[in-house]
Amino acid sequence: MDQFSIFVPRLVTTKEYFAPGHRACIGCGEALAVRHVCKALGKDVIIANATGCMEIVSSALPTTTWRVPWIHSLFENTSAVASGIESGLKVLRRRGKIPDKKITVVAMGGDGATCDIGLQSLSGALERGHNFIYFCFDNEAYMNTGIQRSSATPYGATTSTSPAGKKGIGQITGKKNMPAIAAAHGIPYVATACPSYPFDLFDKVKRAQAVEGPAYIHVFSVCPTGWRSAPELSVKMGRLAVETGVFPLYEIVNGQYRLSMDISPLRPVIEYTKVQGRFRHLTPDLMEQMQVRVIKTYEELKKKASG
Amino acid sequence: MEAKLLMGNEACAEGALAAGVRFYGGYPITPSNEIGEILSSRLPAVGGRFIQMEDEIGSMAAIIGASIAGLKSMTATSGPGFSLMQENLGFAAIAEVPCVVVNVMRAGPSTGMPTLPAQGDVMQARWGTHGDHPSIVLCPSSVREVFDLTVTAVNFSEKYRMPVILLMDEVIGHLREKVTLPQPESIQVVERPRPDCPPEWYKPFEDTKTGVPSMAAFGDGYRYHITGLTHDSMGFPTTKKDEVESLIQRLFRKIRQGFEEIMLYETFLMEDATAAIVAYGCTARSAKSAVLMLRKEGMKVGLLKLSTLWPFPRVAVESLPEQVQELVVPEMNMGQLYREVVRVGHGRFRVKKVSRIDGELITPQEIIYGLKRRERK
Repeated sequence: MDQFSIFVPRLVTTKEYFAPGHRACIGCGEALAVRHVCKALGKDVIIANATGCMEIVSSALPTTTWRVPWIHSLFENTSAVASGIESGLKVLRRRGKIPDKKITVVAMGGDGATCDIGLQSLSGALERGHNFIYFCFDNEAYMNTGIQRSSATPYGATTSTSPAGKKGIGQITGKKNMPAIAAAHGIPYVATACPSYPFDLFDKVKRAQAVEGPAYIHVFSVCPTGWRSAPELSVKMGRLAVETGVFPLYEIVNGQYRLSMDISPLRPVIEYTKVQGRFRHLTPDLMEQMQVRVIKTYEELKKKASG
Repeated sequence: MEAKLLMGNEACAEGALAAGVRFYGGYPITPSNEIGEILSSRLPAVGGRFIQMEDEIGSMAAIIGASIAGLKSMTATSGPGFSLMQENLGFAAIAEVPCVVVNVMRAGPSTGMPTLPAQGDVMQARWGTHGDHPSIVLCPSSVREVFDLTVTAVNFSEKYRMPVILLMDEVIGHLREKVTLPQPESIQVVERPRPDCPPEWYKPFEDTKTGVPSMAAFGDGYRYHITGLTHDSMGFPTTKKDEVESLIQRLFRKIRQGFEEIMLYETFLMEDATAAIVAYGCTARSAKSAVLMLRKEGMKVGLLKLSTLWPFPRVAVESLPEQVQELVVPEMNMGQLYREVVRVGHGRFRVKKVSRIDGELITPQEIIYGLKRRERK
């Protein structure tokens, strides 16, 4: 699979399958991620998209941003829809109704659609072993409905349903470890990625496309609107999240963890949180707690990768 | 109390707090988000609990659980979420668990138009869950009424031990109006009947005079069985035909006996009317202004505004003055309550419908046109 690690800007296609002119907010990390993912996937692809920001901003009538076959399903069922598409294609191919070429089936959703409401359907599809790629575009809350917490919201972040105040610190639980849940299904390929590292993202999409069976890619998507950060910092914030260890980039190939980049030493978490309004209320004490949490999870991850 | 500028969803949250709701389990969905957002900070302040669940199935199940544990509980959602709640709603109906579900209606089916109003869930609120079951569905048409009906919904759910649905529409949910809320001490709050017998005498689903058995909370010392299976008076599953029949009959009887109280409606300028508009929710507002416009023209038109949609307040239609010949039912759906008006009218009225399903409000002019229009033969 390693032949995909030669991406250089010159060799990346100039074709866009996620067209400009969509209605995403300024500095949307998710739109950038989807654009890169679509570039990497190429044109022989069918996408099932859960309800969420991406569905709303990309498909407002009478226009569409998608230059590939695309279906908006519901909030909770995108993996099931993708399962159906994959099985349908299999039958058509077997009966000679369509040419025998590889068509990548893709399901995508936000963190709410993946970690909360769609987890059951995703788990079912991973367990059945459909040959598809699932992308979770994680912007760490329900941004489309007005910034409500999800189970991917990080510790300490304030959202409209986990408000910080005199007594509350905002979100009191940590982020659900979705890549580990996906990997626990024993699927061949799981990865985390971030559009701030486009070539790493391309690489991982290509690898997911090459494997037989389900693949899961968790893409960190900066959301300036929901995180109360400056839109021009989006790409930089993706890098900061990776460099501080908040969102480490790694792959799990057939159960084997592998760090995509081992950062040592990690930058202090405060560099990442201080530019975001959602962490503004955090006291130095809580910041310290957060730093400890991040280092702990990063060390654990490193141990898994070395073992 | 001083006047406030309140949004419908805010008034709903205020009403819930005033009625004693102390548990909210919800899931984000436009256009009902504000209710959950407000309660997420207000409930902990009064010793309550807010949980954001992983989906609407979870929300509904959580409020059932909280209610069995003894708290007044509520959730709010909209179309797609309401569809997901249906199975649990049926459970709450047969297990007789008091709870309130707020559905801020948006245009459907499916994802539909999340930010635009509709009244398409009227029949779903009645028949959404499978099986024969009674239901109470209330529908406010102003911000103050949202507050009042939220309190009423909680009270009805406690009194009759059943889920009560508050159907708002997007217009009412997001409408801001000047509202004077009632003094907290003037608000009537009902508590569920609790057992006062020794635990070994307790029959959790006993037939009583009102048809409503007393409800012990988990932890009160009363051991009993709760199930979604059809059960006998002890709560244990049964398929004996007399026990099954008496359970379902009792579920209906408790509503029938309270019908007078449950049936909420208002009439406006009806005394001398020869025609009437039957409306609910946001369309009742257009209907009222249509009545005033027609009165100016000299037409004798009245308004029947329904606040209770189910059980359908048939008495309200049947008791319209003798000289009323014509009814018009404006609705933001293809005519769901219209059929009900035709049914209880028994051919006494000429009933017309005014439907609008494009996400825009029905205007008074459209209602006037609908009333004046002659039926094509």
